[in-house]
Amino acid sequence: MKPFAYVRAGSVAEAARLLGKGSAALAGGTDLIGLMKGGLAAPARLVDLTGIDGLRGWTRERGAGLRIGALTPLVELEESEGLARHLPIVREALADAATLQLRVMGTLGGNLLQRNRCWYFRDQAVPCWLKGGTRCFAVDGENAHHAIVGTDGGCNRVSPSDLAPALIAHDARVSLASARAARTIPLAELFTDPALHRREEHTIRPGEIVTQVVIPDSALQRRGTYVKAMDRKAWSFALVSVAAAARVRDGKLRDTRIVLGGVAPVPWRVEAAEREVDGQPYSDAVAARAADVLLADAHPLKDNGYKIPLAKELVRRALARLAAA
Amino acid sequence: MPRATPVLGPAAVDVTLDVNGHARAIHIRPQRTLLDALREDLGLMGAKKVCDEGTCGACTVLVDGRPVYACMTLAVATAGRAVETVEGLAHDGGLHPVQEAFIAHDAFQCGFCTPGQIMSVVALLRARPDVTADDVKRAVTGNLCRCGAYPNIVAAALAAAKRKK
Ligand SMILES: Cc1cc2nc3c(=O)[nH]c(=O)nc-3n(C[C@H](O)[C@H](O)[C@H](O)COP(=O)(O)OP(=O)(O)OC[C@H]3O[C@@H](n4cnc5c(N)ncnc54)[C@H](O)[C@@H]3O)c2cc1C
Ligand code: FES
Ligand code: FES
Repeated sequence: MKPFAYVRAGSVAEAARLLGKGSAALAGGTDLIGLMKGGLAAPARLVDLTGIDGLRGWTRERGAGLRIGALTPLVELEESEGLARHLPIVREALADAATLQLRVMGTLGGNLLQRNRCWYFRDQAVPCWLKGGTRCFAVDGENAHHAIVGTDGGCNRVSPSDLAPALIAHDARVSLASARAARTIPLAELFTDPALHRREEHTIRPGEIVTQVVIPDSALQRRGTYVKAMDRKAWSFALVSVAAAARVRDGKLRDTRIVLGGVAPVPWRVEAAEREVDGQPYSDAVAARAADVLLADAHPLKDNGYKIPLAKELVRRALARLAAA
Repeated sequence: MPRATPVLGPAAVDVTLDVNGHARAIHIRPQRTLLDALREDLGLMGAKKVCDEGTCGACTVLVDGRPVYACMTLAVATAGRAVETVEGLAHDGGLHPVQEAFIAHDAFQCGFCTPGQIMSVVALLRARPDVTADDVKRAVTGNLCRCGAYPNIVAAALAAAKRKK
């Protein structure tokens, strides 16, 4: 790691002021410290957000939705019985995310802003497109873990976060604050649309801090579930994951959301797929139609074609589980 | 006006860590990990450095009672928090019950992962003395054992839990 200065911010305003050019926000450090050790990030100053009061924990107020502070450690989200009652999908999504140590250290904001795990991107010596190079080395390299859909040319990384699909399935919004302004956007828009061909994964602006995630009241009416396939039983990023949520009555799903992790550079959602399911009595055939729409534009690479049948089966399992509940 | 927070470094700064209940003053640059501070500045070799990137668990220590990877933690960021390492477990010349159970159940071969495994089990049993084999397995999921001592690690943890009750 290159030398850097370290400062522990006492408030959002102070952190925003300290986050000048060349600085980076530090939460649990589980991704950032790894990037710095690997030579992929070299901030001159780290602004530690973990001491800021008021960005930790969650609240539920009728009319204001469910608010989760960005600095809440993942383990607190996982262990909270109250949160599991309001939003059970969070516990399901965290059950197989990383390890206990990483969930003790890692935070909600950091999980959403973690960078991708493409082995070419993570290797400092490889000048891949995302790092300013001319091409994606995964295209004709080792690509078993890479994207099957939504890549639009540039980069074949996949979105690694287990929480992002789960929260997007409940219409999560994310609040950001800088020294000058505050804004709240749909969580899906925190992830850079690959079609824009920008060499960045997130739309957070320099100097901004993620302060909270908000689930609107209407989305808390949905029941959600999360299924994840890994190449071993533990401590592994998703090969494919599926977050599904819907209001369920008489075996019919309504207001359905289906969001996939591990298949595209961003959490992958196709609204037309949800319309295949809405209002229909659940059947495996309905699930298969939704999965076909989700993956209609899939173009697998040499080693990742297995993700198509895997994703289809996980969509079926997730929707069947919702319908049976 | 609240007082502005001091910016530390990039040159070396004085930091006081609370390690195994003792205040330990060290002089380090902010990029020093907790693992390097423990091993190199404080001579505590219990936490091991294997992957140095959060993928093995050999460096597991407790911060405020919960297990973390010391290799991914900045030492400066732990000032004011309680750090516990395997060296802090023995008392009055006697080993901790979890350490004794590891010996009795042959819960290690090469021993490299052992300090980390023990810290994970200690944190689990403190939080919840009534544990099942599945609880133990979940608690040590973040501690790889290349020698495959897992069945004995689980047995040792369950025996230590029983003794505690
Ligand atoms: C071995 C390993 C396995 C893993 N497996 C999984 C897995 O299975 N599933 C999964 O979802 N994740 C997994 N992860 C990733 C892990 O969950 C993330 O690294 C973690 O959640 C990041 O949170 P953090 O608080 O440590 O972030 P940090 O590392 O502190 O920060 C990450 C990034 O976000 C920025 N940042 C953090 N918080 C804020 C904020 N509030 N405002 C503005 N910027 C901010 C930082 O500047 C940095 O760029 C794994 C990680 C490792 C090392
Ligand atoms: S040395 Fe820290 S996890 Fe491997
Ligand atoms: S005893 Fe050798 S790695 Fe676990």
